[in-house]
Amino acid sequence: MLGYILRRLLATIPVLVIVAVLVFLMLRLTPGDPAAVIAGDNATTEQIALIRNRLGLDQPILAQFAIWAGNLFQGNLGESFFFKKPIGELIVGRIEPTLSLAFATMLIAISVAIPLGVLAAYKHGSWIDRVVMGFSVLGFSVPVFVIGYALIYVFAITLGWFPVQGYQPLSGGFGGFLQRLVLPAVTLSVIYIALIARMTRASVLEVLNEDYIRTARAKGQVERKILFRHALKNAAVPIVTVVGIGIALLIGGVVVTESVFSIPGLGRLTVDAVLARDYPTIQAVILLFSGVYVGINLLIDLAYSLFDPRIRY
Amino acid sequence: MAWRLKSLVAAAAIIAGASLAQAQTTLKVVMHSDVKIVDPIWTTAYIVRNHGYMIYDTLFAMDEAGAIKPQMVDSFTESPDKLTYKFTLRDGLVWHDGKPVTPEDCIASIKRWSAKDPVGQKLMTFVDTIAADDAKSFTVKLKSPTGLLIFGLGKPSSNVPFMMPERVAKTDPNTQISEFIGSGPFVLKQDEWKPGDKIVYTKFKDYKPRAEPASGLAGGKVAKIDRVEWLAVADQQQAVNALLAGEIDMVEQPAFDLIPLVQGDKNIKLWNYNPLGLQYTMRFNHTQPPFDNPKVRQAVTYALNQKDFLEATVGNPEYYDACKAMFVCKTPLASEKGMEGLLESNFKKSQELLKEAGYDGKPIVLLHSTDLQSLTNLGPVAKQLLEKGGFKVDMQSSDWQTVVSRRVRKDPVDKGGWNLMQTSWVSADILNPVMAGFFNASCDKAAFGWPCDEQMEKLRDDFAREPDPAKQKVIAEAVQMRWREVVTHVHLGQYNVPIAARKNLSGILTAPAPVFWNVEKK
Amino acid sequence: MSAEPSLLAPIAAEPVAPARTVLMRLVRNPVVAIGGTVLMLMTLLGLFAPWLGTLDPTAINPSTRNRVPGFERTIRADDGSTTTFKHRMGTDSLGRDVYSRVVYGARVSLLIAVSVASVSIAIGLVIGLIAGYVRPLDGVIMRFMDGLMAIPGILLAIAVVSLFRSGLTAVIIAIIVPEIPRVVRVVRSIVLSVREEPYVEAAIMAGTRLPQLMIRHILPNTIAPLIVQGTFIAASAILVEAILSFLGIGIPPEIPTWGNIMAEGRNLFRVFPHNILYPGIFLGITVLAVNMLGDGLRDTLDPKMAGR
Repeated sequence: MLGYILRRLLATIPVLVIVAVLVFLMLRLTPGDPAAVIAGDNATTEQIALIRNRLGLDQPILAQFAIWAGNLFQGNLGESFFFKKPIGELIVGRIEPTLSLAFATMLIAISVAIPLGVLAAYKHGSWIDRVVMGFSVLGFSVPVFVIGYALIYVFAITLGWFPVQGYQPLSGGFGGFLQRLVLPAVTLSVIYIALIARMTRASVLEVLNEDYIRTARAKGQVERKILFRHALKNAAVPIVTVVGIGIALLIGGVVVTESVFSIPGLGRLTVDAVLARDYPTIQAVILLFSGVYVGINLLIDLAYSLFDPRIRY
Repeated sequence: MAWRLKSLVAAAAIIAGASLAQAQTTLKVVMHSDVKIVDPIWTTAYIVRNHGYMIYDTLFAMDEAGAIKPQMVDSFTESPDKLTYKFTLRDGLVWHDGKPVTPEDCIASIKRWSAKDPVGQKLMTFVDTIAADDAKSFTVKLKSPTGLLIFGLGKPSSNVPFMMPERVAKTDPNTQISEFIGSGPFVLKQDEWKPGDKIVYTKFKDYKPRAEPASGLAGGKVAKIDRVEWLAVADQQQAVNALLAGEIDMVEQPAFDLIPLVQGDKNIKLWNYNPLGLQYTMRFNHTQPPFDNPKVRQAVTYALNQKDFLEATVGNPEYYDACKAMFVCKTPLASEKGMEGLLESNFKKSQELLKEAGYDGKPIVLLHSTDLQSLTNLGPVAKQLLEKGGFKVDMQSSDWQTVVSRRVRKDPVDKGGWNLMQTSWVSADILNPVMAGFFNASCDKAAFGWPCDEQMEKLRDDFAREPDPAKQKVIAEAVQMRWREVVTHVHLGQYNVPIAARKNLSGILTAPAPVFWNVEKK
Repeated sequence: MSAEPSLLAPIAAEPVAPARTVLMRLVRNPVVAIGGTVLMLMTLLGLFAPWLGTLDPTAINPSTRNRVPGFERTIRADDGSTTTFKHRMGTDSLGRDVYSRVVYGARVSLLIAVSVASVSIAIGLVIGLIAGYVRPLDGVIMRFMDGLMAIPGILLAIAVVSLFRSGLTAVIIAIIVPEIPRVVRVVRSIVLSVREEPYVEAAIMAGTRLPQLMIRHILPNTIAPLIVQGTFIAASAILVEAILSFLGIGIPPEIPTWGNIMAEGRNLFRVFPHNILYPGIFLGITVLAVNMLGDGLRDTLDPKMAGR
């Protein structure tokens, strides 16, 4: 088992290297010019050339890459072109909101979706099943920002239950923190509720049709016991997979949600950095996201061996 | 479930309310952009200028009527030959770190500013020496008389000659400063500044305001708020929603189409704080065909009209002014001379000129930014009007930052270059032909677009040398007449954006930049 | 190691069922029928847009901007005659007719959906077949794909859009790129599992040449899962396009798509909701129909999944 984990960890290194190279190349080939963006509206051509020189953007791409990769190797993410701050510091300052949003979203999604999915599978073919399935397809079909605006209109503006926008750090009090987190988390969770409910239903349904469940039923075991002890346990592998992927996909979702609700998280940082052509920051953030994605997938694989005794390494 | 949720929310509100009550007065504001850079000399971005007015002070400042008044300067003398100026600083001026403001600080700040700012650069061609006399005063000696010295030191908008401590002002003008200490009425709370989230200022207790009442950017800068927070809210509608819900106190530039929402609310007041407002502008790339031909540029001035642009972007006639004066309507240099027959969508005339110029029908590349609410709608209007005027238009849409990085390229159009772009200028930046950057026609040294005209440069130089306001006006009109021939850029109309604030706010000053001294919250 | 929502379809490795029975089952499946019909209607709407009482969707008219649905405008023609046009869905912030934009928008939105799905599947299929069959290349290709996949799709798309000049092609490419590795994975795993099947092994032993092997045994097995996956890619393409427009880097606003009509109208959501409402309904219904079609196809084409 330990050897397996080690091997898997090693295998992630080439993936991250490829991401680093890809992102670097892609950015340096874009037509945008960070120096012009930084110099502002009425800068002259000379001033822009000076800034370009200062940022090292006039060096050959290979040399730029060597410098960046060298620093990266020493754990130095570089300095943001735009914010004039070490990127490490920028990212650390943005992690809490994004992590809180992601955690709250997953919490809502899992606690709503799994019971819904199990219920739908159990009442297979009934109206409950149809409603759950209908909702799960609908959840995929509406853009996140529309859900956000609609929820804001109803719950923040008309009913006044929640603030319209903003984020309050946990250190500023749990009440305010929670109050500001509810709407964005619900907004983002819709698509994951759809995704997870669907997968749960499918997995549980498959297990319910397996022979050993039929045997258990034939033996007269209590339905609830069958459902939770046997069915859900055995359906856990695919559900865990989906939850894991969900977390990885959340990264894309937070970009939009953070924009709608003005949450100062990593998603906003990324969009701001892309629009400002802040190359070092974009590189660092994408690398970080990719690392998280790879890490989560690693955990999923390990979880397989935990949930499914049939898989052994 | 519902009542539980409600009580939870209510509890949360109580907690939040309790912490608010013990705090001092705090103003929460959504500005037009996030503050990412904090060096107002290094960049001309308006949000950084606004930041500058929070923490720095200026030697002179423009009052509500447009006159330049002493601010940090207590008094100054002018020699009869208009070549020697002696400035004496006010008593009690201190930096945020407690050290006194010295003439050396001011001299270093003027030098750094004049290395970057167009007016400053021009001014320096007149300056012979600047030297400190004693602990309170310094003297500027000129080679020849100019009206630019006092005007420049009181220049209201980007780049504003803000005063910084000597050690900070000694920073290379092309490198950003790394210490943010000023002598202005507010102090930057560096530990709370998070780019992309908020920037926080607190009242500077040791600031000594002038005795006169505040007027425009001049007069006594009395901070009446303990703490000002500028929050970054990217979504326009969310900013207005938050204002309506009372989560914030002020929105600097509410989207025009959302103004009806705040107008209908009894808790909100609109402040028309900057009546001179802004100007929409179209800029040509003079180095690429077809706009290297003045006839083709003239054709554009015939094809366009201001009303269509203003209606499509601003919409509400209360906030726009179809006025052709290039040096800003309602100011001393305003004049419609040379504008006869132009900007009236005379498509026939435009087509004729194009025929004379031998325009080959090759599509012109119009850069169009789609992410800035105030500029988005300009592109399609320009396209439609130019096409009616006989042009073929290839409108290329992108985010604003792409436009910014593309417009500085001189490459041919098919290699990433451009023909036309549109932007807006704060009127306070274009009050005369020297400061209005788009009139600079010094070829490669000019701003992007690079117009090239000796006669225009000569007129601008004459203006700089002319201290007499009446004669200045004559020169400004001559510039406008010359403009009609060379057409450096096109003026698409003047507009202003009101501040939307909660009713409990008062004392917002009428000025070319939004400032926060004198503002009170009850 | 991974799957996408769209990938939840397990891979069918059995020999393929005869085409006719599959078709029969498809037609009888109500979910497929509804989804298919709605899509057909949307396609017709897009195709016949000029004859459905529309105006030029890009013609601006600053003097009648932001009008509510039902507003009537008098249009003066060049010869002096006037006609009255009723803006059934109102006008947007440039005075363009929202109804015309929505109808023409169907063209572009569906074009994006179809081209993204077909191109990403075509490219993914080729790469996947190579990876699955040419063993020495497998490692390199798959590491590359892992790398591509590890970059969050939306971020990758944002970067690709800024790489090219913003336009229809750029957006389509931007949405295609992140989809490719997911297709490659599916195809590769099908190839790998089919290779192990006794009947394929037998064919190889019998000396069947590679092209024949591919066409006869391997490709047919990829059809069903790829069709299913294609529908999900199509649905997500429409949504991703809307998100790119929302972030301000989508298709240029003069080309109407449901996504950018909504993105343009979002700032006026509270004052003039019709700008978001109408395109939103069309977008929602279409994505719903594509998803239904995908679900139905999966149930029918993949007997193992039937009844789920």
